Amino acid sequence: MKKLISMLLAVAMLFCFAGCGAADTSSDGDNAKVLSIDEVELTVASTITAVAKEDLKVGFIFLHDANSTYDKNFMDAATAACTKLGLTEDQILMKTGIPEGNECYTTAKELVNAGCQVIFADSFGHEPHMIQAAKEYPNVQFCHATGTRGKTEGVGNYHTAFAEIYKGRYLAGVAAGMKLNEMIAAGKFTAEEAKMGYVGAFPYAEVISGYTSFYLGAKSVCPSVTMEVQYTQSWFDIEKENTAAKALIANGCKLISQHADSSGAPSACEAAGVPNVAYNVDTSNIGPNTAIISSKISWEPYMTMMIKAMLDGTSIPSDYCATLEEGAVQLTALNESVAAEGTQAAIDAAKDKLINGEIKVFDTANFTVGGKELTTYLADVVDAGDYKADTEAVADGRFIESEKRSAPYFDVIIDGITVPAK
Amino acid sequence: MADVRTKQIREPLIHITKRDDVSFAKSTVIHLIGIAVALLISSLLIVAITGQNPLEIYKAMYEGVIGTPIANSGINKKYMESIHQAAILLCISLAVTPAFKMKFWNIGAEGQVLMGCLTSAYCMLEFGGKVDNSVLLVIMFAASVVVGAVWAIIPSICKAFWNTNETLFTLMMNYVAMTLVSYFIMVKDKSGRSDLGIINERTGYGYLPNLFDRNYIFNILIITVVTVLMFVYLKYSKQGYEISVVGESENTARYIGINVKKVIIRTVAISGAICGLVGFMIVAGDKHSIKSSIVDGQGFTAIMVSWMAKFNPILMIPISALIVFLSVGSKYATSAFRIDNSIGDILTSIVIFSIIACEFFTRYKVNFRKPKGRGKA
Repeated sequence: MKKLISMLLAVAMLFCFAGCGAADTSSDGDNAKVLSIDEVELTVASTITAVAKEDLKVGFIFLHDANSTYDKNFMDAATAACTKLGLTEDQILMKTGIPEGNECYTTAKELVNAGCQVIFADSFGHEPHMIQAAKEYPNVQFCHATGTRGKTEGVGNYHTAFAEIYKGRYLAGVAAGMKLNEMIAAGKFTAEEAKMGYVGAFPYAEVISGYTSFYLGAKSVCPSVTMEVQYTQSWFDIEKENTAAKALIANGCKLISQHADSSGAPSACEAAGVPNVAYNVDTSNIGPNTAIISSKISWEPYMTMMIKAMLDGTSIPSDYCATLEEGAVQLTALNESVAAEGTQAAIDAAKDKLINGEIKVFDTANFTVGGKELTTYLADVVDAGDYKADTEAVADGRFIESEKRSAPYFDVIIDGITVPAK
Repeated sequence: MADVRTKQIREPLIHITKRDDVSFAKSTVIHLIGIAVALLISSLLIVAITGQNPLEIYKAMYEGVIGTPIANSGINKKYMESIHQAAILLCISLAVTPAFKMKFWNIGAEGQVLMGCLTSAYCMLEFGGKVDNSVLLVIMFAASVVVGAVWAIIPSICKAFWNTNETLFTLMMNYVAMTLVSYFIMVKDKSGRSDLGIINERTGYGYLPNLFDRNYIFNILIITVVTVLMFVYLKYSKQGYEISVVGESENTARYIGINVKKVIIRTVAISGAICGLVGFMIVAGDKHSIKSSIVDGQGFTAIMVSWMAKFNPILMIPISALIVFLSVGSKYATSAFRIDNSIGDILTSIVIFSIIACEFFTRYKVNFRKPKGRGKA
């Protein structure tokens, strides 16, 4: 026993020595002032030394493999972008099934060791680990989809990207509203009964921004529509998504949409004969009689830009929001047999107006919060790990989504949408 | 007639006798032959399944473990990581050893390490920034060791007093630990994503510092000390002797006046404490994060290392190095050659299987019938 205690003491002393060296890391505490995006010093992207095409190696880190619609969307874009730019197969290194943890950091390092000059990761939780790797290897470029810290982290070789997917959701919402109108006109239910259901993964901004824009799209053509939301607390859970969709249908929802990655909700809709609007992939094979349309992000434009920057020796933006115009936000082919008549024309018209700025998705004239117009809102745009709202996001009569930062930060629950009580 | 009958009782072609004692040199030779045979079988398999040159694959494995300097900076950090990984596995193996030597089948190392991780993570979140970093590290260290020990003591008390089945009990404790970690993450995570990311990412509270400008040195030093202490403890201390006696026969131990209950609890507590220490090293010195899969099955691999080394702490060094070499190397090689990951697992298991098979040859001698006894017929 004595030996044990002396051993413990010896090790404790070792730490004391260690602590002396490490103590100076503790300067900024919890009480640091919350800086808004307009006040923080924004990261300047580091310039890239051009790499000859035959020497370039691009590494990709994916959360799951091609069985997940989310990851498949990225994998397809990666392959397409690389092949179009003439890279050969052994210049593309793909790592699948990398969890959102230390494994991401380890994998990033492995890719660096394998000679990659640029590395892309696809899942939100990869972010801190990508930053860690970026700090360690300043000569390698790290690009991260859906991340929030590219602009504010101060790491020049770390870049984030997202797309203005809320515009795609809005257009999908238009298709949903048209379908509701058609069913109301056919006498299936009254305008007041027009309620949509939404299966969301988690109650945070990306999902909230998504379903709100979807709802606003539907409301633009069917003013009386309401919506009920259920969360599954998982990105991929066939069973839970299926159950949630069924519950929503039982609650009187006439149309279902979802923001989760499995086929659970579309198949529940097909079984119940309820129209469905999907995300990421065309689901008309799962629901030939119920699938209307899907909105999706195409990552190909961003990946092309990223690889071109490597070849040309330019720079990759610290934070980039890919646009509807450049084809980064897309809609899958409309399922004409399910969609209401004139849907395609309505979508095309709305798309043109979104592009030329005539329609703003989050125009504060189009929705209320607690019965009042939204005139000011502090959003958590600077992700400093504090979850504190910091930046004014209402300006010019609209909520300026994805402009202060590419990743969505609209997290207001607007009137007409009911969410589960906390 | 009698003559014929004696001729019929023939010596069989092969017979096996138990070896009394095998010299270290001989045992080493047997094991080296075993590994060579394993590599040969693996090579044939690689050619048959993938059509790749096996030597290229072995070379890639070596590169995957030792690493190559990165093109534009000339730095190679890979080998340090491999050494650290082997050291962590070694330390868990050391932790399970005293209990195993006592024939207490502690398969709860996974959970005990995890509880150590959880405790360290909790302290990092709770006390980070409130106390000096060195004090925080000492708190994390002490708390993790204590919690690891407690996690092991619970089943050992039940074993000592009520003779419960420790295998099942320690196994179940693993799942309890995993669930506790999931719960902890759910409670502590403010993002709603059930992921704590990197703890104290911006402040570095509770991180073991780099020594000599390198990661992991601190952990490796601690583990070196633990290895030496464990060797001395098991081989030269009175308590180490008591462990062997209790392991051989509880009745003998009782007869010569050893307090068996006390020895069981004490030994298992030491096992748990070292596991807790590993948890601390994983969180403070490496991953700075917590999740229920953070130990990644090493608590179970360690059992194999401990057995393969026959509970000898020094022998555990090459064995854990070999296992890490195989797993890290094969992972790298399979991805470099774009062949299926499972090939790597197959190679690893062939090597491990052949080492275990060597046990047979070190314990038993295979005798072949001598040709001269056969006669002319």
